[in-house]
Amino acid sequence: MTINETQDEIIEEFELFDDWEGKYEYIIDLGKKLTPLDEQYKTEDHIIKGCQSRVWLHAALQGDRVIFTADSDAIIVKGLISMLVRVYSGHTPDEIVNSDLYFMEKVGLQQHLAQTRSNGLASMVKQMKTYGLAFSALQKG
Amino acid sequence: MMTTTSTIPFDIERIRADFPILDQEINGRKLVYFDNAATTQKPIPVIEALMNYYRGYNANIHRGIHTLAEKATADFEASRRAVRDFLNAPSAEEIIFTSGTTMSINLVAQTYGRHFLKEGDEIIISGLEHHSNIVPWQMLAGEKGLTIRAIPVLENGELDLYTFEGMLSERTKIVAVNHASNSLGTVNPVKEIIAKAHAAGAVVLIDGAQASSHLDIDVQDLDADFYALSAHKIYGPTGLGVLYGKRALLEAMPPYMGGGEMIKEVTFEKTTYNDLPYKFEAGTPNIADVVALKAAIDYITSIGKPNIAAYEHQLLQYATEQIGQMDGIRLIGQAKEKISVLSFVLEGVHHQDIGIILDQQGIAVRTGHHCTQPVMDRFCILGTTRASFAMYNTMEEIDKLVAGLQRVKKLMA
Repeated sequence: MTINETQDEIIEEFELFDDWEGKYEYIIDLGKKLTPLDEQYKTEDHIIKGCQSRVWLHAALQGDRVIFTADSDAIIVKGLISMLVRVYSGHTPDEIVNSDLYFMEKVGLQQHLAQTRSNGLASMVKQMKTYGLAFSALQKG
Repeated sequence: MMTTTSTIPFDIERIRADFPILDQEINGRKLVYFDNAATTQKPIPVIEALMNYYRGYNANIHRGIHTLAEKATADFEASRRAVRDFLNAPSAEEIIFTSGTTMSINLVAQTYGRHFLKEGDEIIISGLEHHSNIVPWQMLAGEKGLTIRAIPVLENGELDLYTFEGMLSERTKIVAVNHASNSLGTVNPVKEIIAKAHAAGAVVLIDGAQASSHLDIDVQDLDADFYALSAHKIYGPTGLGVLYGKRALLEAMPPYMGGGEMIKEVTFEKTTYNDLPYKFEAGTPNIADVVALKAAIDYITSIGKPNIAAYEHQLLQYATEQIGQMDGIRLIGQAKEKISVLSFVLEGVHHQDIGIILDQQGIAVRTGHHCTQPVMDRFCILGTTRASFAMYNTMEEIDKLVAGLQRVKKLMA
């Protein structure tokens, strides 16, 4: 599945909800189900600091694919992270770098990427792309 | 004649009608604004004062001889006198307009502190301070080799005054504490703190950002050397603050910033500085906001601070009871005397999740460390959810918060 196909799939899933409560229930559920990040990666090196909650992100190259694992101490952010990992993980560095993230806006969660949320989520998206760039350079190097 | 003592003459509907921002929906629900410790909303007279100034008599002050400049100057200085009365300061010359409490504190640190303190001197702050009453002193301490010590915080959120007394010595040169804590609501016994600090020979700065909308402030009764506050926390405009300082101290201090307005005479060889308060007000000041601040003060005065305080106390008591009895809630800060700030944690739920779910229900609270990381460290938490009440809040809104929190618990279960 391509990055955009996954995004479209998430958008379709969210069409099932007609109120905020259902939507957030689903995100919270995703957060609870996200495989916790191995404690060894919950270090300062992997932390993306936000004012409110902490986000950890780990990336590794397996073959020609980038595998992301991530975690947060806040459950809604964790649910949002889970969707970002689902969109980006398992793709090549170039696919990640050249992708356009649109599903958050389409499902009405854009405010979580806004500056004021200070939750590290916007920084996390940037960091995922940066990993893509770095791995891409490594592959071409 | 019949007398009623239990009810306070407080027309909440009329007050709410004065704050147009409250009449709106957020995420399909009527807005409940409980983030008043961050900033208060503005009543119509304040909004109109800003508009009238820009529509009718915007002009640069103090120098112009034309009619608009004279009117602008008159209103600007009338506001200074209103602040003097608000704080019961001895004179209007001791009232300096700044950009906010943060600038007021930095001004004292960089002028009084830099000029009069020397290596080995000590500054005492408290464990309840906002970062803006910590960092300016740290910057000064780093530059001059000073030591900063913090009064410890007791389990109930009050300051440990016994320890404070032991910390005072002839090395103590400045004591800087808040009148009320923004994260816990604790009202500190600043009169007692000032008296003890004075006995040790220190000058005292009081950060009044949180107290000024709730408590009657009398800088002469407190005997405060410096008192700082922000206009936007007393229903006034943003980007404006006040520093009160005792005349003798202000006169002894060098200026903070150089520029126009703060000078008497300038030649390339030498400049003589203007008199108080202009010595500390370099450049064109924030005229419109200063003018509107008077409208905010007049508004507060028209309702009466004791009435506001009594009503807010009822709100706080009700919220403390209702939220305090919920399962899994731990109240942070239960000082005997508090302004209307309620900080709490919900067991097993991150404060950010609480904030997001409450926002979905139209309820605005603040979550996080509230720029008081040492307070959070003291209670071994990463942050709290804070509901802070103002004169326009209602008991029904507190009921909505309780229901909102029940919803959070259900969703997170």
